Amino acid sequence: MTLKEVKETLNADVISGDHDLEKEIKCAFAAELLSDVLALAQEGALLITGFTHAQVVYAADAANLCAILFVRGRWPNEATQQLALQKKIPLLSTSYMMFDTCGILYEYGLKTCALKVTNG
Amino acid sequence: MDRTENNILFHKTFHIEGGNFPNAGSISDQVKKALKEAGCPNKVIRRISIATFEAEMNVICYAKRGDLSLFITPNFLKVVVDDEGYGIPDVNLAMSEGYSTADEKIRELGFGAGMGLPNIRKNADEMILTSKFKQGTHLEFVIYLDRQETQLPFE
Amino acid sequence: MTVFDIVKSFELKIRAGKDRLHEEVTGGYASDLLSDVIAHSRKGNIWITIQTHPNIVAVATMKEIVAIILTGGREPDADTVQKAEEEGIPLLVSPLFTFELAGRLYQIGISGMSPC
Repeated sequence: MTLKEVKETLNADVISGDHDLEKEIKCAFAAELLSDVLALAQEGALLITGFTHAQVVYAADAANLCAILFVRGRWPNEATQQLALQKKIPLLSTSYMMFDTCGILYEYGLKTCALKVTNG
Repeated sequence: MDRTENNILFHKTFHIEGGNFPNAGSISDQVKKALKEAGCPNKVIRRISIATFEAEMNVICYAKRGDLSLFITPNFLKVVVDDEGYGIPDVNLAMSEGYSTADEKIRELGFGAGMGLPNIRKNADEMILTSKFKQGTHLEFVIYLDRQETQLPFE
Repeated sequence: MTVFDIVKSFELKIRAGKDRLHEEVTGGYASDLLSDVIAHSRKGNIWITIQTHPNIVAVATMKEIVAIILTGGREPDADTVQKAEEEGIPLLVSPLFTFELAGRLYQIGISGMSPC
């Protein structure tokens, strides 16, 4: 699934990264706690989150994620947007809640990231 | 540390202020830049970036202040973090997944899931964590660049 | 659809509130930010999260959430289990990650809310 398809399916706004919409998304990961994102999201994943602070871009960059999709109509502040531009990480926003966003994308065929939580 | 000092190609120390949430992530970002400039492989950069981000977050969330040093040698990358603060009363407990001492503020900022230290361990080849209660914590982690490397830097 | 139906369909492990699975589920809510759950969740929702600390029970009680599902195989803290038992909030665990669990629940007819 490409970012363009995500945009169209969820009627999402593209905050930045207009030219990157043909990017292919490897898998999806939905979370608002950054450590989980770092532990479990795979490279090339689409991060689905309501967390809009700049740290989410740092985390996405550290983990080499594909793009960030904000839910619940969340819109990142200027600092976050600037950082995303610098890091070339596309940002999108949908007014759907996280639950439905996951539902709709899952139905479309987007897979979840496969890394497992390991103990110890 | 002797072996490290003999063949350090790059060394830089960054200062982290505790509670400095607005800038959280900026230090690990600088570490990532340095690694890219040094020509480190992407997979290694990803692992160090994740581990460093977590280490930086721990200082910001739980300590008064700390220093994070990056060492690049031909054979390995090492990050050393020393912070001043409450310290970790039980290191083994702190290393277990899901264990967290985060307060409400930290959690609402998206941190404190209790995965930080396990994430560091997962991404590093070697990790040392020691702490003095009410003084601070010392953390070091290493990623080997040369798979043939058999000598440990900490021996 | 009741909480019990979901427990059965998804083979969820029950960590607390096993006597309170009969409630009807009005919809699903996925979030790890407590302030968001407080602001937007609705009575009767089933809440999907990775937060494991006792505050999730307080939020669930406040918002009359019928059950909490921890995803990714996460286990609740002992304090959380105790509080959930006291408040009668079912605490459930799934090995699936939030994205997939929400996806599958959506497919069987549980939905969140309409776009805001």
